[in-house]
Amino acid sequence: MPGPSLAAIYLSLLVLVPLAAVLSQAFTGGVHQLFAEITQKETFAALRLSLICSLIVVMTNAVLGTAIAWLLVRDRFALNRVIGPLVDLPFALPTVIAGVTLLSLYGPGSPFGVNLAFTRYALVVALAFVTLPFAVRSVQPVLEALDPESEEAAASLGASPWTTFRRVTLPSLLPAIFTGAGLGFARALGEYGSVSIISGNLPFKTEIAPVNIYGLIESDNNAGAAAESLALFALAIVVLGVFSILKRHFIPRDPTA
Amino acid sequence: MIFKWVLRIVGTCYVGLLVGAPVGSVVFRALRHGLAPAWDAVMTPAGVHAFVLTLEVAAVTVCLNTAFGIGMALVFARHRFRGVSLLEMLIDLPLSISPVVVGLALLLCYSSTEGWLGPWLAHHGISVLFSFPGIVAASAFISLPYVVREVHPVLVELGTEQEQAAETLGAGPWLVFFRITLPAIRWGLAYGILLTTARVLGEFGAVSVVSGNIVGHTQTLTQFVDDQLTNFDPAGAYAGALLLGVVCVLVLGALSFSRKREEQLR
Repeated sequence: MPGPSLAAIYLSLLVLVPLAAVLSQAFTGGVHQLFAEITQKETFAALRLSLICSLIVVMTNAVLGTAIAWLLVRDRFALNRVIGPLVDLPFALPTVIAGVTLLSLYGPGSPFGVNLAFTRYALVVALAFVTLPFAVRSVQPVLEALDPESEEAAASLGASPWTTFRRVTLPSLLPAIFTGAGLGFARALGEYGSVSIISGNLPFKTEIAPVNIYGLIESDNNAGAAAESLALFALAIVVLGVFSILKRHFIPRDPTA
Repeated sequence: MIFKWVLRIVGTCYVGLLVGAPVGSVVFRALRHGLAPAWDAVMTPAGVHAFVLTLEVAAVTVCLNTAFGIGMALVFARHRFRGVSLLEMLIDLPLSISPVVVGLALLLCYSSTEGWLGPWLAHHGISVLFSFPGIVAASAFISLPYVVREVHPVLVELGTEQEQAAETLGAGPWLVFFRITLPAIRWGLAYGILLTTARVLGEFGAVSVVSGNIVGHTQTLTQFVDDQLTNFDPAGAYAGALLLGVVCVLVLGALSFSRKREEQLR
């Protein structure tokens, strides 16, 4: 059977060898050189902006995405038929289209008179757009599977809707919220297309790491690009690790155990 | 009651302002002067070439990743061996790597001047970067996990009893695969293929790095849209965006439709 060896060759040529090339390129000048590349002012600013924007977006979407999931599952709201498909739309739309879409409403010539193009707000809006489905669709199935009985019991014992949500519903949802946050964070940290269109890519102001890496590739600075790629990857691993620890921490314990 | 209405208003406003209104606005701007001007704005020679190239890339990539995905899913479902979780992690890696980094990786490996494998391939007359194979490689990298992830659980659920029965009755491995395994995994496979297609049609970052974005040669539809925008031809950009958006929505619409059908059939 040549199957397994073919698959191994495919995987090696497509993923393994190219990624090894990045790793090797990042370390060619040694650890000192790598550190110097990452702490270069523009690179460091881009990495920091990526991290901060992604965290802001993930937190916003965790809160509002959970609220939207609750609307979709628990509330017989007339607009749910519209909200449901709209939530999935960013997943279907290519990232460049997401950028064009946002630019058409929040760019120059905006009918609202809101021009976010070339500002940090544009970054946050673009990243929120592309990661919204992760936040909502991670929480939704868990909420659907959750029996409303205990919520009704809490309400009948006099708990306000907010208390019921906070004390009864939210604890069961937290692991799913962290799953969605993790998926969204990974996506936001690597996002390129929508951001490159709407943010203007101004160094130190609206330039996030993937855009900076692209610029370094364009100017033939492969060493810098590889170093920043490695830093971006490390950042993703660390934050996703923290999320998964938090997720495990919040998995509801079985009270009968 | 107040709690409910606060949620309703906040949720509607957020989804409306973030997704609904912008999408509505791009559709409005693309079709403001009717369908014909929008059609003409995309159907320029460059636009048509970009659209055709995008479809070709999607077709080749889907074939490659389908074959690889089914094979890998079979391995994961049927064999336990050392390093299996490492292999699974490796295949999921494209989901957490920035497309730009994917492009850089392929560049460092296949650049004909300084890449690891590029010079050797160039010596044998194969150029990867700035040509079709490079675009396919970038697309295949970023869409690698989808078929595997969709088919694997279906195979696990299926088990091997029917296949073993067919084998004892004298069927060869290919006959077993086409008559037993393939029909059983067809829905999972269909989802995997649709997800791969949608992802490949819309890929931008990885492709931009390796394709060279040569108009009428290696420019894909996403790059065409981006180019129209930077060349201050918003009409072309909006029309191109609408075309690509509609194709992708149709692909993923087919996905959710077939999923609902399958649930009803059960």
